[in-house]
Amino acid sequence: MRTAPTIERLRWWHYLTRHVDGFLLSGILLLMLTGLATLYSATDANLGRVTNQAVNMLVALGIMWLVAYIPLQHIMRIALPLYVIGLILLLGVALFGEINNGARRWLNIGVTRIQPSELMKVAVPLMMAWYFDKHETTLRLRDYAIATALLLIPVVLILRQPDLGTALLITASGFYVLFLTGLSWRIMAALLVAGAVSLPILWSMMHDYQRRRVMTLLDPTQDALGAGYHTIQSTIAVGSGGILGKGWRKGTQTHLDFLPERSTDFIFAVFSEEFGLIGNSLLLLLYLIVIARGLMIAANASTQFTRLIAGSITLTFSTYIFVNIGMVIGILPVVGVPLPLISYGGTSMVTMLLGFGILMSIRTHPKLVKT
Amino acid sequence: MKRRVELRNHPRELRFFHMRLGIGAGFVLLLFLLLFSRFFYLQVSQRDHYHTLAEANRISIAPIVPNRGLIFDRNGEVLAHNYSAYTLEIVPNRTANLEALIDELSTIVEIGARDRKRFRKLMDESKRFESLPIRTRLSDVEVARFAANRYRFPGVEIKARLFRQYPKGEIASHVVGYIGRINDRDLEQLEAGKNLANYRGSLYMGKIGIEQSYEQELHGITGFEEMETDAAGRIIRVISRTPPVSGNDLTLSLDIRLQEVAEKAFGDRRGALVAIDPATGDVLAFVSKPGFDPNLFVDGIDSENWDLLNNSIDRPLNNRALRGLYPPGSTFKPFMALAGLELKKRTPRQEISDTGYFSLPGSSHRFRDWKAGGHGYVDLHKSLVVSCDTYYYGLAHDLGIDSIFNFVSQFGLGKKTGIDIEGEAGGLLPSQEWKMKRYKQKWYAGDTISVGIGQGYNLATPLQLAFATAILASGGTAFRPHLVKRIRNSKDDDIQEITAQPLYTLDLDPVNLEHIRNALVAVTQPGGTAALAGAGAAYTFAGKTGTSQVIGMKQGEKYVENKIQERHRDHALFVAYAPAQAPRIALAVLVENSGHGGAAAAPVARLVMDYHLLGRLPAEQVANSIPEDENGAYD
Repeated sequence: MRTAPTIERLRWWHYLTRHVDGFLLSGILLLMLTGLATLYSATDANLGRVTNQAVNMLVALGIMWLVAYIPLQHIMRIALPLYVIGLILLLGVALFGEINNGARRWLNIGVTRIQPSELMKVAVPLMMAWYFDKHETTLRLRDYAIATALLLIPVVLILRQPDLGTALLITASGFYVLFLTGLSWRIMAALLVAGAVSLPILWSMMHDYQRRRVMTLLDPTQDALGAGYHTIQSTIAVGSGGILGKGWRKGTQTHLDFLPERSTDFIFAVFSEEFGLIGNSLLLLLYLIVIARGLMIAANASTQFTRLIAGSITLTFSTYIFVNIGMVIGILPVVGVPLPLISYGGTSMVTMLLGFGILMSIRTHPKLVKT
Repeated sequence: MKRRVELRNHPRELRFFHMRLGIGAGFVLLLFLLLFSRFFYLQVSQRDHYHTLAEANRISIAPIVPNRGLIFDRNGEVLAHNYSAYTLEIVPNRTANLEALIDELSTIVEIGARDRKRFRKLMDESKRFESLPIRTRLSDVEVARFAANRYRFPGVEIKARLFRQYPKGEIASHVVGYIGRINDRDLEQLEAGKNLANYRGSLYMGKIGIEQSYEQELHGITGFEEMETDAAGRIIRVISRTPPVSGNDLTLSLDIRLQEVAEKAFGDRRGALVAIDPATGDVLAFVSKPGFDPNLFVDGIDSENWDLLNNSIDRPLNNRALRGLYPPGSTFKPFMALAGLELKKRTPRQEISDTGYFSLPGSSHRFRDWKAGGHGYVDLHKSLVVSCDTYYYGLAHDLGIDSIFNFVSQFGLGKKTGIDIEGEAGGLLPSQEWKMKRYKQKWYAGDTISVGIGQGYNLATPLQLAFATAILASGGTAFRPHLVKRIRNSKDDDIQEITAQPLYTLDLDPVNLEHIRNALVAVTQPGGTAALAGAGAAYTFAGKTGTSQVIGMKQGEKYVENKIQERHRDHALFVAYAPAQAPRIALAVLVENSGHGGAAAAPVARLVMDYHLLGRLPAEQVANSIPEDENGAYD
């Protein structure tokens, strides 16, 4: 009599949280709250923007929850179609895409506008992991070549849009798959040399604004009011934050408009100015906890596919963090990479949580037994 | 087959994967450590640097230019003041086609040829990013019309500025001077004087005259406004405001009405006049003719007017009273006479016989008197009244150059008076030492002779002659001539009087001074060389005429005035003080190329003295003008 409703309730709770990894979720929620607080300051207490972002987060969390329920066999099954659709859409962008700020990134599909390169962030590692899983037993150099081609085709299309940041991150996620499958160091060294050799070619293919960004990295002051302005102002914001920071909503760089794009790509400068070195350290720690959990999930995954995908997702997540913070503090060029879970924007939030959903699914679904 | 391979490879593969994952984790840790070390560098090591940058970002400092001090004459009449007006300004490097822009502007606001020329000259002198006025003193209608059209003119702005104005125009222009735009040379000087900070935001500074020499008093202290600005430069709020301190107001010793009388008396003639109160050193009038309109310089003079002033044969920009060097001529004689008495080389009664020339013993060279045949028997009194040259040739010979130099230099000749405007010339009182230095030659006895009548190497400025006359008038007490009488501190209204401290007092025998004074009074009375100018004076005054040679005469050549080009004629000189017994004014007058001191220069002095002592001008016919030329006049 007394225990029945409790059991009833517990069962209900059990169904709801069966595929949720509590550890990972806590880290994600803490980061999201940090993001909302920072956004509140960055937008000068614009509750509309904050609410909007909270909704983005809820939607993304919902998607994560749903994905976590999908068994990996199903995810594996959609890897190829997802990749093919993504590729078709990318071609569509190249042919019929809308031009915005000099870049062709969006495709209008009637109901809404979509950014297929965002889809590829998930589709490419899935596809590569799927491929390696299929050829798990007979890995040859040929397989690596095919996998590399699977990676490079969308990357080149995205580079042409141009979207340097996304291309870079997709390359990274694909590379992690290759790396984790056991690509020999010798081949990696060869790729590195090939990359170094192709740099001048890449340079000639780059758009002016991209070249400027690279040049600006080498010496931000040479274009202090142009491309270097972002980096100079964000570095000042971070540096002037000191150890303790200027206090929440008290950053002068932020609130007097000196920081550009301070709710999106440069939100870390706001955080850093207001919370200082201590805040930065705690934030890095929080990210490290999430990363550690992701790597743990990868280590314990049972199949080649799940191992590769979990490892790639986690390492790519780390790359996002490094590239974003690196550009804010002036050690990397300004590429459009958001700070995961903190930068304003729905798309990247969804992409990110989609990945975490996959991680949770890997963690919580019964291990596949090979037959 | 397939299963076997799988069984064999699985554990190895897993180990391999874990190793790779470990390497990945290490890599991530490494990257995060890199981030942390960069945080540490920025936020701990370099924190102060970035803090300063953030503050500099946030706070901008705008200078507030102080109001320039005003200049008044001794009676409180305004000689220089400021008024606020709108100007239309262009930043040249923000416009692509300047000519087209000005053409289009002129459809809205009247822009004359003079404005364009002035703008062009300003552009040559300024930097391309400076805001330069194309039109000043816009009317309200013009301001409104431009405001409605301003979107059409990027780089063009209306600004409210304070302008300097000199309401008296040309009168006393050489004294008051003018301000002009600060140029590179001024900036260098300001920097050398550590004054640059106080001139942030200042566009003008004094260039000449009182405006220049009292620049420090007049400029004031620049104020600052600390403002918090956003990235677009919009002012969010004012953090602090340090108000500017206006420049100090100056009251001159100059009497502008006396000055006006004096300048009018010159008519179209070139010349100079300096009148000093012998009891204080107050400069009462300071004339250099022709003058110029200082208002032309204030917002940048246009090239046409500049050429006109700069290339004029009359040299209106030359301050003759301050810098013009002229042989003092016979105005030198009273000092020679006093030297003769004081150094006991002559007694008042001692006479010479003047046969029209003087020769050194054993020489046939004749130093001629201005009057052929001479003046007959001449004592000290007569020597001054008729301005006998022969008397002074002999006296100079008896005194010797060293005594002359030592005695006369006590009256300030041969050195700067130290008046409070810049650029004074020092004049020249010759000495043995000077000649050795200048010509590497010893002094000859013959050199001394012409020095005795104020010719030879002698050179003096009108200011020096007035100063020497003032010392003579006061019986030997020297006051430094000064133009500024009072400085009112605008901060605390504290008034600083430039008090008359005697520089020194000469130990002169009053009896000797009496002899000189009596003779100089006689000069202005019937029989004297300035009898015409002295006629009908309501007071007695002492004076001495003089002629300053422009070209030298050869031995035996006769000076025939109308044969000589106007510009080569002698300059007329007159020094005087009045009233003779208790002098209140001492002056020196120079009229260029008009011959005789008694005829051309003395009447000007009479007008000035009458106005100063009586407050009115002499009878109409005298006031009219200077008589042009009078034949057979005196020296």
